[in-house]
Amino acid sequence: MNRDEIFEKVREVLVEALGVDDDEVTPEASLAADLGAESIDFLDIVFQLEQAFGFKIEQGELFPENVTQDPEFVKDGLVTEKGLAMLRERLPHIDFSKLDDDPQITRVAQVFTVDALVNFCERKLAA
Amino acid sequence: MRWIWIDRVLELQRGQRLVAIKNVTMAEEHLHDHFAEVTGEDGRTIHAAMPVMPGSLVVEGMAQSAGILVGHAEDFREKVVLAKVTKVRLDRDATPGTTIRHTAEIALQSGQGAATRGTVDLFDHANPEAGWETIGRIDLMFSHLDRNIAGLEFPEHNFVFNSTFRTLLQSSGIDCDF
Repeated sequence: MNRDEIFEKVREVLVEALGVDDDEVTPEASLAADLGAESIDFLDIVFQLEQAFGFKIEQGELFPENVTQDPEFVKDGLVTEKGLAMLRERLPHIDFSKLDDDPQITRVAQVFTVDALVNFCERKLAA
Repeated sequence: MRWIWIDRVLELQRGQRLVAIKNVTMAEEHLHDHFAEVTGEDGRTIHAAMPVMPGSLVVEGMAQSAGILVGHAEDFREKVVLAKVTKVRLDRDATPGTTIRHTAEIALQSGQGAATRGTVDLFDHANPEAGWETIGRIDLMFSHLDRNIAGLEFPEHNFVFNSTFRTLLQSSGIDCDF
């Protein structure tokens, strides 16, 4: 399956899970800010990706968890350097460079883009 | 106090499938308003009363059926809450004197929650030869509240599966220990 085919499948999943139109699902669209995903939608997306691609996604593998509660990773509303390093290591499919200049925790959701999902699926399928 | 929208669990296969029924009766007060007779200023009837089970409560009945199924799979340790109504289609109204049958199946389950698929059937006691007619589908998502992605904390006490649910399960002949 090439990247375009993966993107198409991811698009179908997001149209179904989030009730958005095909053309709203662009590679750079953020799941929360642009496509309106709420917390439970992330679980729905995990389930639907598993079904669409036939692989198993472990908890915390696609989206980060228990980051905001850890004072080592988040301090005064900002993701710490240690936090960013941990995120990069655990979630290599996500481009965290947007956070380098302004690591506000509220901006973290913006890095969960459609492209990050495609990266994730590409890596999973290649593994 | 919690409203229960199923009368009895008929079948429960752990982690797979639950079948429950709900009898629709005129004793349910809301049916007198849903929908009440509409009269004009002269007192003449414009629309006769039309008691039908609100679709939202049919969805709640499925949510309770599927919620018990999801909870039972983890021995009712998790606080299972309805998180998303994924898809609903109801093609026919359930009126007093009919019986609704909810069949819920777990499509996917993980530590965080579950996705369920449901079929709604209707038995019309005025027309028993017709048997059970499928009148809709209700797909839902449940979250295990204590394992939410946001890391929020909730009381330890399992307020979801309370004594009302216990009574329902026990009167359906299902062992439960919560």
